[in-house]
Amino acid sequence: MSAKGGPEVGAPILDVTDLGVTFGTDTGDVAAVRGVSLAVRPGETLALVGESGSGKSTVALAAMGLLPGNARASGSATIAGTEVVGASDGTLAGLRGRTVSMVFQEPATALDPLTRIGSQVAEVIRNHRRVSAADARREAVELLRRVGIPDPERRASAYPFQLSGGQRQRVVIAMAIANEPALLIADEPTTALDVTVQAEILDLLRRLAAESGTGVLLVTHNMGVVADFADRVAVMLRGEIVETGDVEKVLLRPGHEYTRRLLGAVPRLVVDEPDPAHPNGSAAVGTEPVVDLRGVSVVFGRGRRAVRALDDVSIAVHPGETVGLVGESGSGKSTAARVALGLVAPSAGTVSLFGTDLRRARSRARRALRAGIGVVLQDPVASLDARMSVAQCVAEPLLIHRRGLSARERRDRVADALERVRLPRALADRAPRELSGGQRQRVSLARALVLEPRLLVADEPTSALDVSVQKTVLDVITDLQGELGFACLFVSHDLAVVQQFAQRVVVLRNGRIEEQGSTGSTLRRPETDYTRRLLAAVPVPDPVLQRQRRADRLAASAGPSA
Amino acid sequence: MSAVLSPGQIEVGEPAGVTGLRLAVRRFRRNRLAVVGLGVVVLFVLFCFVGPVLYPTDQTHTALHAVNLPPSAAHLLGTDAVGHDELGRLMYGGKVSLLVGLAAGALATVIGMAWGAVAGYAGGWTDSVMMRVVDAGIAIPALFVLLVVSAILSPGIWGMIAILGCVSWLVPSRLIRAETLTLKNRDYVLTLRAIGGTHARAITRHVLPNSVSTIVVATTFQIADAIMLVAYVSYLGLGIRPPATDWGGMLSAGLTAAYSGRWWLIVPPGVAVILVVCAFNAIGDGLRDAFDVRGRA
Repeated sequence: MSAKGGPEVGAPILDVTDLGVTFGTDTGDVAAVRGVSLAVRPGETLALVGESGSGKSTVALAAMGLLPGNARASGSATIAGTEVVGASDGTLAGLRGRTVSMVFQEPATALDPLTRIGSQVAEVIRNHRRVSAADARREAVELLRRVGIPDPERRASAYPFQLSGGQRQRVVIAMAIANEPALLIADEPTTALDVTVQAEILDLLRRLAAESGTGVLLVTHNMGVVADFADRVAVMLRGEIVETGDVEKVLLRPGHEYTRRLLGAVPRLVVDEPDPAHPNGSAAVGTEPVVDLRGVSVVFGRGRRAVRALDDVSIAVHPGETVGLVGESGSGKSTAARVALGLVAPSAGTVSLFGTDLRRARSRARRALRAGIGVVLQDPVASLDARMSVAQCVAEPLLIHRRGLSARERRDRVADALERVRLPRALADRAPRELSGGQRQRVSLARALVLEPRLLVADEPTSALDVSVQKTVLDVITDLQGELGFACLFVSHDLAVVQQFAQRVVVLRNGRIEEQGSTGSTLRRPETDYTRRLLAAVPVPDPVLQRQRRADRLAASAGPSA
Repeated sequence: MSAVLSPGQIEVGEPAGVTGLRLAVRRFRRNRLAVVGLGVVVLFVLFCFVGPVLYPTDQTHTALHAVNLPPSAAHLLGTDAVGHDELGRLMYGGKVSLLVGLAAGALATVIGMAWGAVAGYAGGWTDSVMMRVVDAGIAIPALFVLLVVSAILSPGIWGMIAILGCVSWLVPSRLIRAETLTLKNRDYVLTLRAIGGTHARAITRHVLPNSVSTIVVATTFQIADAIMLVAYVSYLGLGIRPPATDWGGMLSAGLTAAYSGRWWLIVPPGVAVILVVCAFNAIGDGLRDAFDVRGRA
């Protein structure tokens, strides 16, 4: 592979000139992409980055000729010299899967659930080349081997549901490279995956691109992925490209103000500095924990199909401290939060809330205890009832626990809560639909804090948000914690966020606690192999440092097996 | 506002001003057939409820001096076998048909809504038992139950509404249950439960209001079905008893007359039933388009 920053000479495989895309919607025309020009040369990876709504995915779809029916494209996009904008279906069909192919974000929906994976790969081959069914099948097995599916002869006859998310994405990649395309368009290819799996998939894509000189257009919001994988970067803002350049230049010496702000908002995992005395210090040990899970196990289902989601987990959150719960998907971190909230009953162990055993409390008393909890969940859309106004959403806890308040007092409390999360009072009468994702999450936060709780449980509160918005929301939570002094149980898959935000961290794996301790020590000098691997897999948005980290990680994983 | 939002000022929600209602109206109006259907229903309601004021006729006394008259200036649609003015009778019967249809459709939806919401929200064995009851009910043809019960009880208008409501709530209950299953796991319902809200509050404040589109669409189809069912039953002579009547009863009474060429006794009520039933179905389709919020956030 050519050195980073040194794109190979040659005609670009993808050449986009002055591309514009406009969507006709119920509320009028929306220009999603304006005057975008970019080029991808063979063997080169161009990362298209930007926040949601910046138009980066629209550019990728336009390059594939996959725009939805209500979109109008102008300008030009050529793939290997063939014009895509306004091309006939026949031309596009000849191009797709042969010269250019695409890897989508969600491997679960990119595969046909009722067809064996070998047949799905073979189908792509036979769509474009005249080969016998037997040859295609053999080739499919070979492709599955190339993308790192273990025992491909046998796995070729597996159905997608029998594979893990990472393996499914490998199959999607196998389909994408089946006809050795000159250009691969990957739209957030690792966003739905855990960090360790993400690292493997990026390694795979990098190897494939290097082996066959494929040009890659990588669409992503994750600066770490950019640093890990891209040669050049184009930054999009509101449908336009504001900055283009080599990855090292853009990420380390950004020229545009927006790029600087974007990079400034990315939470960085601190890995290589010696441990300074962690400013957050240790929690108020000795005081009674606000929530205390002791030896909690949770089993979903019954009999042979039972799944042990939590196994003998003990977590205590003390007043005023923030405890981060981290782990990969399926590790049980959300289940643990739900046990703390009383939404999931443990099959073994005890849960105490504010010193009262939840199982001993009568249901009325249990409900009263809940007045001391605030909740913020992940999905900014699903968190607020679309049929209510912002004020009604925030007022809901008051209607449950402060029945005596007059409408006027309630309105004042709601206005105060909105002000606290730095939302203008004027938003109170709006519908959640009219708010952005970050504003909605702050409305959720206002609702969580309107009763001035002693405990805030936040389950991935920012993982659906863009980085700059994430920063605002986290800053608001931090400030209010200082002001109101509530304890916080913070669930996240993002180690960098947890490192910045939590004083103590609990690492979960397969429903068990892998290790726990103060954030400063556990995430800098992890004691277990698992945490070390988890940390090593997080890509950092610094291409030089990331290259070093990748080399270390590959050496470490090659070491024990050799 | 940007000062408050910075650095996240790039975030924007949907523009204010375009309310959900206005958007829904716009989508509804795009479905031409639904607009026509709405027009037809409005015309028929005016015809049946305001018409008798403008065109008063005697529908209680027989008028044996003027039976079986063909349409004329005095009787625009002629008269029937006992001398009732046919146009007036069409209004009179339509009042019953529409009233029974609307009320029975609404009743069926209300019962189905309560049953489905409770079953879906409770889940587990409660749900299983309640839904097996629905399955069993659906296995018995509604028309059969309706005929047997009407034969035994000879119900009036309100009795008819009650019976129709009680046999046709099964399908809406399934729809509402399905809706509830997805809504009960929404984050805002979980949040409500986590902070100590009651189940009743979750159902009445969150689950049902958010199923309103399903409920309204289901209701329109239920109304169409109920009008059709009540016409069936009356046609078979087991529905509304004379001297009251409905369109189905008019069809039944006019059937013998049709063989002797008195088309005016059979075509108008038949056309009225077909038009109204089609119109309600078209409205249902239009509402489904209008409420399809999946396109929006």
